[in-house]
Amino acid sequence: MDHTILPQTRRELLSMIGKAGGGVAMYQAMTALGHAAETQFSGPPALAGARKGASVLVLGAGLAGMLAAHELTKAGYKVQVLEFQDRPGGRNYSIRGGDKVVETDGTVQDCNFAPGNYLNPGPWRIPHHHRTLLHYCKALGVELEPFIQLNHNAFVHRTKAFGGKPQRYREVATDFKGHVSELMGKALNAGSLDDKLTKEDKDKLLVAMREWGALDKNMAYTGDLKVASQRGYDRAPGGGVGGAPTPSAVNNLSDTLSSNVWTQMGFFFNYVMQTTMFQPKGGMDMIGKAFFKQVGKLVRLNTRVTAIAQNDQGVSVSWEDTKTGQKGVAAADYCVCTIPATILNQIDIQVGPAMKAALKALPYSNSVKIGLEMKRRFWEEDYSIYGGHSFTDQAISLISYPNNNFFKDGSAVLLGAFAGGAGGYQLAGMTPAQRIEAALVQGSVFHPAEYRKEFASGVAFAWSRAPWIMGCCATWTEESRAAHYQNLCALDGRIVLAGEHASYYGCWMEGALLSSLDAITRLHQRAQAA
Amino acid sequence: MMMNQMLRYGSLAFGVAALAATVALRAQDAPGGGPTAVEVSGEGKEVYEQICQACHMADAKGGGGAGAVIPALAGNPRLADKDYPTVILLKGRGGMPWFSDILTPEQMAAVLTYVRGHFNDYQDPVTVADIERVTTASPPVPDCNCTQ
Repeated sequence: MDHTILPQTRRELLSMIGKAGGGVAMYQAMTALGHAAETQFSGPPALAGARKGASVLVLGAGLAGMLAAHELTKAGYKVQVLEFQDRPGGRNYSIRGGDKVVETDGTVQDCNFAPGNYLNPGPWRIPHHHRTLLHYCKALGVELEPFIQLNHNAFVHRTKAFGGKPQRYREVATDFKGHVSELMGKALNAGSLDDKLTKEDKDKLLVAMREWGALDKNMAYTGDLKVASQRGYDRAPGGGVGGAPTPSAVNNLSDTLSSNVWTQMGFFFNYVMQTTMFQPKGGMDMIGKAFFKQVGKLVRLNTRVTAIAQNDQGVSVSWEDTKTGQKGVAAADYCVCTIPATILNQIDIQVGPAMKAALKALPYSNSVKIGLEMKRRFWEEDYSIYGGHSFTDQAISLISYPNNNFFKDGSAVLLGAFAGGAGGYQLAGMTPAQRIEAALVQGSVFHPAEYRKEFASGVAFAWSRAPWIMGCCATWTEESRAAHYQNLCALDGRIVLAGEHASYYGCWMEGALLSSLDAITRLHQRAQAA
Repeated sequence: MMMNQMLRYGSLAFGVAALAATVALRAQDAPGGGPTAVEVSGEGKEVYEQICQACHMADAKGGGGAGAVIPALAGNPRLADKDYPTVILLKGRGGMPWFSDILTPEQMAAVLTYVRGHFNDYQDPVTVADIERVTTASPPVPDCNCTQ
């Protein structure tokens, strides 16, 4: 520590930064660029003046399909929508008490949640820069509330770290930052990086490490009260004669590293994961319901598409009513098809080989979400956790706490699993009851005294077993994008595809909407040119 | 011994990197905890139960409903040619992803042997050499309407 070299005062540092100059201009330039890059959405499409009598058949009443129906109707088209399920929304979906969930083998789950409780098995959080979705939420009157993405007081758990005991994110994140800063300080002061840095930058970096890492005057991460002001106290600050706080003891570097906490710290830096995030009040399907309010009279539910044909005159789609067995053919001038590739690649569709090849080159990801209704909000009452996620390396990957009705008495639904990859397959392969049991076993690690005791009922949604999609989201690779993406998006005769699979925002509602707007804009141009 | 340990460590490190890439590629809205510690068994029956039956079902009869199905593996005559399921496992087909980033060649050989022998009556095993041979030959994914 004898070799510690630091600018002595904040003023010295500021003066050093000032000498660099040009900062304001640079900042303004960056802000302008950042704003321009935020979204490709430039407002709803100004489609108008459809030819008299022109018609469009939309397949699928998910967000892409209903947005297409909404905007094309406004543009003057006669629109009809066919939907396989008995509800609109597609993956924009919430499961509530009284709902039935049917799987590909016919297994049925009855959801027994109390009124007001729900699980969002699909999309559940909306980034603040998903402007298209936010635009339509506002336009259609969907009330949004904050989605608590980052909660410092939630837990991080790894089976082989800290003897399997969950750690508060705040503590391990502060420790990680502190130890890394201390090491960086040592390397700087030992001159190890002198050939990489100017003297000025080295001095700034030392200040940064000391302040960012909560290091002491000797550039050590010690667990003093300064550290406690970030990672918390053994005895919290109080009032009066016994008010003095006691700092908490820091974890050593090795234990801190074993937590892998950098994966969460890095996760929260992802563009689509940054605060502020939102969710609709009352369930994600409020968005689908709001679109349905606009276009519901155009939608035929319970309608399975069996063949899609086209010729010079128009498009004809054969369908079958899943309840009555009635068969029919719907005809229109054009078709916007939002059926997921997993289904569409098995339907007789009259499109060229390039689009067919694209549809067959799109594997879908898997995902399992499990909603656990608990009799009381023990995470709030006993742990001071209000929203956010506790992470684990078990199959469930996380549990996530509800973002609504804070401090209320009565039951609430925890997200008991958000599993993908091998863990997702493992859970999906179980019966619904086995999945819920696994979620209780694994989630108990965070709240051992309460988890089973307060459990009331659960619902476990496995995307790979949802008959209407048989997967979660389209999975592109660089190679498949290069080979097939343009062919998937291109208008094929009178048919255009839309949905998250036809976007670079795969798996997000924003992608479905942007894809839909692009598809109908091109379709409209084609129709006007005909 | 030393060399062995290094090799094992090397392959472990590679495995973690591959898994991380899988998570990133396969789900844009990810849980955020990084790769899980979930380990897939080396035994064919267990690989089937832990991975395959998520879609193909415990009885390997598949399922569906929306005018499309996840094909049955039980009693499937196309599995007579062991290269047929092998190339699909390596490359995916239709809505099914490739599993070369979740399963090792040993696990793929074991589960293919199990599926062909248990749910069908093709008793000749699929070996790691078979997996490597098909990987190297890299035949195109069999075309289909993906129902079988």
